Amino acid sequence: MTAREAVITGIGVVAPGATGRDAFWELLAAGNTATRRISLFDARAFRSQVAAECDFEPLAAGLTPQEARRMDRAAQFAVVSAREALADSGAVLADVAPERIGVSIGSAVGCTMGLEEEYVVLSNRGRDWVVDHTYGVPHLYGYMVPSTMAVEVARTVGAQGPVALISTGCTSGLDSVSHAARLIEEGAIDVAVAGATDAPISPITVACFDAIKATTARNDDPEHASRPFDNDRDGFVLGEGSAVFVLEELAAARARGARIYAHISGAASRSNAYHMTGLKPDGREMAEAIRVAMDRARLGPDRIGYINAHGSGTRQNDRHETAAFKRSLGSRAYDVPVSSIKSMVGHSLGSIGSIEIAACALALEHQVVPPTANLENPDPECDLDYVPKTARDHTFDTVLSVGSGFGGFQTAMILSREAGDAR
Amino acid sequence: MNALVTGLGVVAPNGIGAPDYWSAVRAGTSGLGPLTRFDATDYPVSVAGEVKDFVATDHIPGALAVQTDQWTHLGLVAAELALADGGVDPGRLNEYEMAVVTASSSGGTEFGQREIEALWRRGPRHVGPYQSIAWFYAATTGQISIRHGMRGPCGVIANEQAGGLDALAQARRLIRDGAKVVVAGGADSALCPYGLVAQLSTGNLTSAGDPATAYQPFGAQAAGYPPGEGAAMLIIEDEAHAEARGAVHRYGRIAGYAATFDPGGFAVATLRRAVELALADAVLTPDDIDVVFADAAGVAGLDAAEAEVIAGVFGPCAVPVAAPKALVGRLLAGGAALDVVTALLAIRDGVIPGGATAEPATGYHLDLVAEARATPIRTALVIARGHGGFNACLIVTAP
Repeated sequence: MTAREAVITGIGVVAPGATGRDAFWELLAAGNTATRRISLFDARAFRSQVAAECDFEPLAAGLTPQEARRMDRAAQFAVVSAREALADSGAVLADVAPERIGVSIGSAVGCTMGLEEEYVVLSNRGRDWVVDHTYGVPHLYGYMVPSTMAVEVARTVGAQGPVALISTGCTSGLDSVSHAARLIEEGAIDVAVAGATDAPISPITVACFDAIKATTARNDDPEHASRPFDNDRDGFVLGEGSAVFVLEELAAARARGARIYAHISGAASRSNAYHMTGLKPDGREMAEAIRVAMDRARLGPDRIGYINAHGSGTRQNDRHETAAFKRSLGSRAYDVPVSSIKSMVGHSLGSIGSIEIAACALALEHQVVPPTANLENPDPECDLDYVPKTARDHTFDTVLSVGSGFGGFQTAMILSREAGDAR
Repeated sequence: MNALVTGLGVVAPNGIGAPDYWSAVRAGTSGLGPLTRFDATDYPVSVAGEVKDFVATDHIPGALAVQTDQWTHLGLVAAELALADGGVDPGRLNEYEMAVVTASSSGGTEFGQREIEALWRRGPRHVGPYQSIAWFYAATTGQISIRHGMRGPCGVIANEQAGGLDALAQARRLIRDGAKVVVAGGADSALCPYGLVAQLSTGNLTSAGDPATAYQPFGAQAAGYPPGEGAAMLIIEDEAHAEARGAVHRYGRIAGYAATFDPGGFAVATLRRAVELALADAVLTPDDIDVVFADAAGVAGLDAAEAEVIAGVFGPCAVPVAAPKALVGRLLAGGAALDVVTALLAIRDGVIPGGATAEPATGYHLDLVAEARATPIRTALVIARGHGGFNACLIVTAP
């Protein structure tokens, strides 16, 4: 019996500057940036006033008024993305028993926006520590527990198999897809709806990153504020959005003639056990994750055709992962195009890992590497080929995508396509 | 590769450390009491399972305590206790072969409330530097990993109350993938005002005022559950690795697991399937199960569904059903992991703990264990359900 393998057969995206998979790819291929001054709330009193926001209207996106009222913005993104992914995959659910369908959703901060909005009401704008329970909305607990987002997606899908909310900070979006692929490989399910979502552009989240100066203060030039690998960077740009995929077992996907975007060929996680926010410059643990992911995918550095970097645009991250690529890939690191789409769509914490998987799958489909926007004056410590400013035609069949996050988590995933895949 | 449990760490309302907790459970000592964490006079809840006499800095450095929420304090201390109980010295093991997987339902609730209050009362510059690392759901796993130098594939599962079992199952998966030692379990604390108000919105918290009768799962008088806080962390170890290092404790194996979801809430069919799939995973039949640790919601509809599943799979009154949760309240993600600890200690000592109501509702057909019962136990099934439709079942067996 050949080993079971998970493949992506449907993609749904809600991203800054682009709702929907096709618009998302057009944005990336054009090298456009979706970063702007924060419009979701009045950010004038904050250090960082720049974010990558989604132009998202829940009813226009197909949610019912009840769904729009009940769900936090992050849950709305996830459900809309899941529906797009299901439609994209064709009638995938028609012949699959509900108990063979699983859901795995990643999120770093859950329903933080809904939680904060309700807190403002219950506490009289922070005046009362013992908040007034009589003003609590019926779905308040659903805001406190991030599992709600997995629940909403699972109900949308009608899944009765294992459902999970994975919350490993900024690697959540890689880890949730990896988890779903694993469930397919071990035979627990045949189809997974998996991805990640976050909607953190709210006062408390902007303030908490202000407090540690992790985000940009380039408030007078928001379009150029996200500058991974550029010497003039000054922190990451907070983003929001979601990407959700239909994952299927390879043989079943081939049997029904499904379009296969990419195989989840291997993934691995390691932790640096060093610091909740700090990174050592040697990239050691991320390199180990990359090495193990390649091992699981049964391929070596010479096969990697594109690296989708974490590329958050903080000095320590950019140097950390540049070192990790060199450490894990050796001289190959200098030959492979590396880019960060966070230069265009910002850093949406837990969801960005899935949004980047979507970018990788679409890059494979189009045989185009998306660029690193705003890269004009490279950091001398970052000396790889970061595909500055303009997308590049490229012939490749294997992608490495990496994530790095608070808590010290490092995840690497290998995506690939094969000659026999229907497109 | 068998996943063997070699260490237990507990921070529960009725005991800190597995020995104290187990003594309390065997004696039927409840950790429920009046809610004292803040003035809850105006709230329709007055009984809670608070961890009393808990001073985080007795166990962890003050600087770390300042940077973390109460939920992480509980988790860090439970992890310390589990490592000590298991005789695990992380400094002597391969850094990449050790991992941490925790379940959390609500993250750093009290820390988060304090910082949101500071923001709205005093302005954005009054939000402190630790909010970014204390509030999010991964904080406990990250801090345990850092504190003990565990650099393997760490994880965080937020499946509400089912997550405690899902985390242990993930630990077993990591052992099968080559990890040697995994610290795994659940922790939660949401007893600040905002956390409690959020829990109230489920409509499932009891408003009863007498701690002795406030939580009566499967009881005729079941009227909700008291909120609780706590943590249970287990050392899940590759059995060959445990043998090679001469592990002091061999509590039992994780033999089976399954998870299902009910899109409609909590119907019987999906929970029953979780039980049956867990049995199949363990290659066991219902007759092999010596005791069931029930989810024991204390909410009539949920109790009825669970009772129907247990009676349906095992037969009417055919298997002892324990509900030691009745002694501590619902600890959210910590509760299911704590039930696994209790199940392993029950196996070790041949005692099914009491605590379940002596007056079950009519029509449940359950053999509820109200008073501790001495009997040989080889195999226990633990059931957990999470808000919104999560079902998880885990089977542990004697080593």
